[in-house]
Amino acid sequence: MKNNHRFRLDVWGIITLIVLGLYLIFMVYPLGNLIKMAFYGDDGFTLDNFIKFFSKPYYSSTLKNSFTVSFAGTLTSLLVGIPMAYFFAMYKIVGKKLLRILIIISSMSAPFVGAYAWILLLGRNGVITNFIKDIFGITPPEIYGFNGMLLVFTSQLFSLVFLYVAGALNKVDNSLLEASENMGCTGTRRFFKVVMPLIMPTVMAAALLVFIRALSDFGTPMLMGEGYRTFPVILYTEFVGEVSQNKGFASAIAVIAILITTVVFFGQNYVSNRKSFSMNSLHPIEEKPIHGLKSFLIHLFCYSVVFIAMLPQVYVAYCSFRAVSGSIYVEGFSLNSYIQMFDRLGKSVENTIILPLISLVVVLLMAVLIAYLSVRRRNVLTGTVDTLSMVPYIIPGTVVGIALVTSFNREPIALTGTVLIMVVALVIRRLPYTIRSSVAILHQIPITIEEAALSLGSSKMKTFFKITVPMMSSGIIAGAILSWVTMIGELSTAMILYTGRTQTLTVAIYTEIIRGNYGIASAMATVLTILTVISLLVFNKFSKNGEITM
Amino acid sequence: MSQITIKNAVKRYGNNTVISGLNLNIRDGELFTLLGPSGCGKTTLLRMIAGFNSIEGGDFCFNEERINDKDPSKRNIGMVFQNYAIFPHLTVRENVAFGLKNRRLDKATIKAETDKFLKMMQIDQYADRLPENLSGGQQQRVALARALVIKPDVLLMDEPLSNLDAKLRMEMRQAIREIQKEVGITTVYVTHDQEEAMSISDTIAVMKDGEIQHLGSPREIYQRPANIFVATFIGRTNILSAQMKGGKLCFDCGYEEGRQNWQSISDQPVQVSARPEEFVIGKEGQPGIPGTVVDSIYLGLNTHYIVDIGLEQKVELIQESSIEDDIVPGSRIALTVKTEKVNIFDQQGNVNLLRG
Repeated sequence: MKNNHRFRLDVWGIITLIVLGLYLIFMVYPLGNLIKMAFYGDDGFTLDNFIKFFSKPYYSSTLKNSFTVSFAGTLTSLLVGIPMAYFFAMYKIVGKKLLRILIIISSMSAPFVGAYAWILLLGRNGVITNFIKDIFGITPPEIYGFNGMLLVFTSQLFSLVFLYVAGALNKVDNSLLEASENMGCTGTRRFFKVVMPLIMPTVMAAALLVFIRALSDFGTPMLMGEGYRTFPVILYTEFVGEVSQNKGFASAIAVIAILITTVVFFGQNYVSNRKSFSMNSLHPIEEKPIHGLKSFLIHLFCYSVVFIAMLPQVYVAYCSFRAVSGSIYVEGFSLNSYIQMFDRLGKSVENTIILPLISLVVVLLMAVLIAYLSVRRRNVLTGTVDTLSMVPYIIPGTVVGIALVTSFNREPIALTGTVLIMVVALVIRRLPYTIRSSVAILHQIPITIEEAALSLGSSKMKTFFKITVPMMSSGIIAGAILSWVTMIGELSTAMILYTGRTQTLTVAIYTEIIRGNYGIASAMATVLTILTVISLLVFNKFSKNGEITM
Repeated sequence: MSQITIKNAVKRYGNNTVISGLNLNIRDGELFTLLGPSGCGKTTLLRMIAGFNSIEGGDFCFNEERINDKDPSKRNIGMVFQNYAIFPHLTVRENVAFGLKNRRLDKATIKAETDKFLKMMQIDQYADRLPENLSGGQQQRVALARALVIKPDVLLMDEPLSNLDAKLRMEMRQAIREIQKEVGITTVYVTHDQEEAMSISDTIAVMKDGEIQHLGSPREIYQRPANIFVATFIGRTNILSAQMKGGKLCFDCGYEEGRQNWQSISDQPVQVSARPEEFVIGKEGQPGIPGTVVDSIYLGLNTHYIVDIGLEQKVELIQESSIEDDIVPGSRIALTVKTEKVNIFDQQGNVNLLRG
């Protein structure tokens, strides 16, 4: 505060150094190690791994596949999410509150559970597939591969676009719409000429998030990709492959993955920086009543989308109560799946609660400290911390997992298989989001309040914990619950890092699906959904306006 | 209680020097105002005294003690901020008691002192409320109580009234003035509102571009401003060019005025600052600056006249309203100046030739 641009070794200086040290040990070193493994074989520097990747279509095709499906998924998510948010902002829609809650729930569910449910519905032996076959005598298009992945990505990721854009539309001043109407620009024309440009920065941010989520998603392509292999799949199979384990090659794939997401990130940054501006609305958009055909179509659209998005969750819950024989559902209902589930759960429910809980505490503490450093104490070092903390935002979870496992599997820091390594992974992956939201909250707190405390004789640490943190708390708690929900649904990193002792619920679900124990998987997935819903209800209690920031 | 001495203060942001070599002496117990347009460095200077801005050069002393390297929390200052900076999660009482608790006083003392200042600022009935339920004026009273209760050596106020509406502003001005005199604390007050500065200050420093243009009492600054900037910034004025010849002030139109104390001014082109109330309206043809009334604005007590005297900038003048409205737009008149009141500056407007 006294001198914002120079490093000083006071309390905050020491905290900067500690945080920087943690990042160097737990992120820079593992990633550096990963890059080293990609380029160094047994006989020194080599490009063999990369040559292998690009020369064999088996591998290089995954690049194209990942890109195609992620890009298509982003596009469809935008096409569904933006109109949805626009209708919600502009019109009175019956049951809007409920729809909103359902959309939030679907945004929070683990994508692979959706993939699994869609297989049950539309797969080779799916309910809807069989139904169509029986009635019409035709076979509907294959759900496996590109189509299914696109469906899963769209039906889950549109909700992120929706939440982002809804937030942005909230900030559009009604007078802007009235002004454009005054000048004869209405309806669709106004949407494209006025509304879209205003929310463009947000749309770009949402697109990036959706793209990276789709690109890094591991569970969906694993379950329904089949011949359509994507990046995270070969990354995983090469790394844990039972036939041939090639860590150097896996590292090379990881490096390529990081490169791609980095390029996408900077591309998006470049485009959206040129159109960024800030808005603050005195008069939010007022929703208007709609009638007739227009009303019918808009309601139809909104309800269909939410129905499709919720269908997997609901169907999985339904399945969990069905009677099962082996891996086939049979007539009738039973609680057997739940009873059997308890034998298989082991410590996974416990782990699913304890691991995220520990991580959450660490994430909150670090996020608040880093946010404070980067807002109030800008200098080269805190700038570095800020940049480092954002790196995991664009690194696929599988890559983080591999980097950690390969770097900490021997002395001096042997962490593989421990609770600590799981916590480290969760913390690293979740920090960027929590830091962003903490930074946003901190920007709204005038610095003079802290100065007032200092001038009244309060020390720096006391000011931080007694004044700054309490003022941030409502926002932090809301963000924390969202972090929590994301962490309990995390699969891609856990798949790499887990051992019998640290297995989480998502890993257990995934394992049961692979083994064909669909009943148990459904029961577990339902437990996961219930945990998610409870967390979201708690979130609503704490969040002032129910606004979700990811 | 202390006096504040600032010697050769320097403030730089990167390569940009905002304040270079500023000297200032603030007397014990006075209400000292830093006045200037935005960006003149007044808030920067205040925050250097408070310790929230770094000091790139010079000495800042409270009495004999140099405070440059003292932590803000150790300087024993009370500060009142433009946005009040009330802690929103603490009650009014907790806000006021915050500084006392940091000083580790015993509970009874804290309670007694807090009560005393809550009462003095007339906010004792809100003691257990959260600040969000208070009006702007009440919040500002909390901020003032909180700053004063710690018995600071110096009270710093950064545009404390600019967020209040006009009526409350007048009320709080009075309240601040009274309490400052009652407590007798050395106070540095920052504002861009010249009327506010005039009404509460013992001494005003008019600042521009990081430099003090004029330091003096409100009366001095208004009546004998140090340069054209101060003359135009404080109150309203008209600037006319003229020539000094043998102790006489000669306007281009031929109108001349002379005065005993002008004799010492050497012959040179000058600029004359005549405030609206420093003109006298005469009949057309009488000695004076000929002009045409363009507009008259009746404001009850006074009437303002806008007069075209053939310059790009029209002249504004003010007279007590008369019963008969005889000077209507279009009237031809002749203007003379009140020689004891007008100020004469050198051609650049940097020096007031009437100030010894």
